[in-house]
Amino acid sequence: MNWLLVLTGAAVGAPLRYLTDRAVQARHDSVFPWGTFTVNVVGCLVLGVLTGAVTYGAASDSVQLLVGTGLCGALTTYSTFSYETLRLAETGARFLAAANAVASVAAGLGAAVTGAALARAVWG
Amino acid sequence: MTAPRDRAAGPEPIDPDIEGIAVPAPAGGPGPAQAQGPVLAAVAAGGAAGAAARYGAALLWPTATAAFPWTTLAVNALGCAVIGVFMVLVTEAWHAHRLVRPFFGTGVLGGFTTFSTYAVDIQRLIGDGHARTALACLALTPLAALAAVWTAASTTRRALSRRRR
Repeated sequence: MNWLLVLTGAAVGAPLRYLTDRAVQARHDSVFPWGTFTVNVVGCLVLGVLTGAVTYGAASDSVQLLVGTGLCGALTTYSTFSYETLRLAETGARFLAAANAVASVAAGLGAAVTGAALARAVWG
Repeated sequence: MTAPRDRAAGPEPIDPDIEGIAVPAPAGGPGPAQAQGPVLAAVAAGGAAGAAARYGAALLWPTATAAFPWTTLAVNALGCAVIGVFMVLVTEAWHAHRLVRPFFGTGVLGGFTTFSTYAVDIQRLIGDGHARTALACLALTPLAALAAVWTAASTTRRALSRRRR
């Protein structure tokens, strides 16, 4: 059952990343990977809220596996993030590569902290 | 939309999740949603497989509360190394089926690695008063990930050019 929850969540999260990435990248002209940045930050926010909800007893372990391990885990990605950073650096966009690494880590952590604070405000 | 590319940098795309993944134009018949169907199915199936592998790793090597999340770091670094090899091979050496990249690159590797667990692990470590472990994870994970993808991609490129000579 636990495996089924993870599989189901991920089968939704991964295509959601693909579709969001396409939609975001179609809407700007820069080489900055805003699409991956967006899914990563949104996933960190949702997992922050969810982990808080589980801590305060407002969400079950099953929801954690479905939405946390499965959906948020597959919505967000480290492989695409690091590959894009590498390609920016290799193609001469060194500043954007550094900016992507620093901004993704800072915004992701900020989103996780915000999500946890939201969960505390609602269920804490 | 694409960066100016010099030759030494190789022909690989910047965004491996979407760039160069062909979605056939809807020729009068099916709408864009239907045309994307096989790609979305490949991404979903790959994502499920990748996430299951990550979940399995977390069950095999669980991280205790307040401990450094080594399993997540290892999963992320491994996924970054594999995408480095995969993208070079699939761009420069293979004529892979058009669903190989959506399935393996976007799906399996994207589902296997995770940014959200990385960030929330750090947030929890800070919240529980383990600032030093949090800081170590914050810095070590991107360093390991970037070192892995760079080493993997450049080693694969070197191996390919040696074979062509």
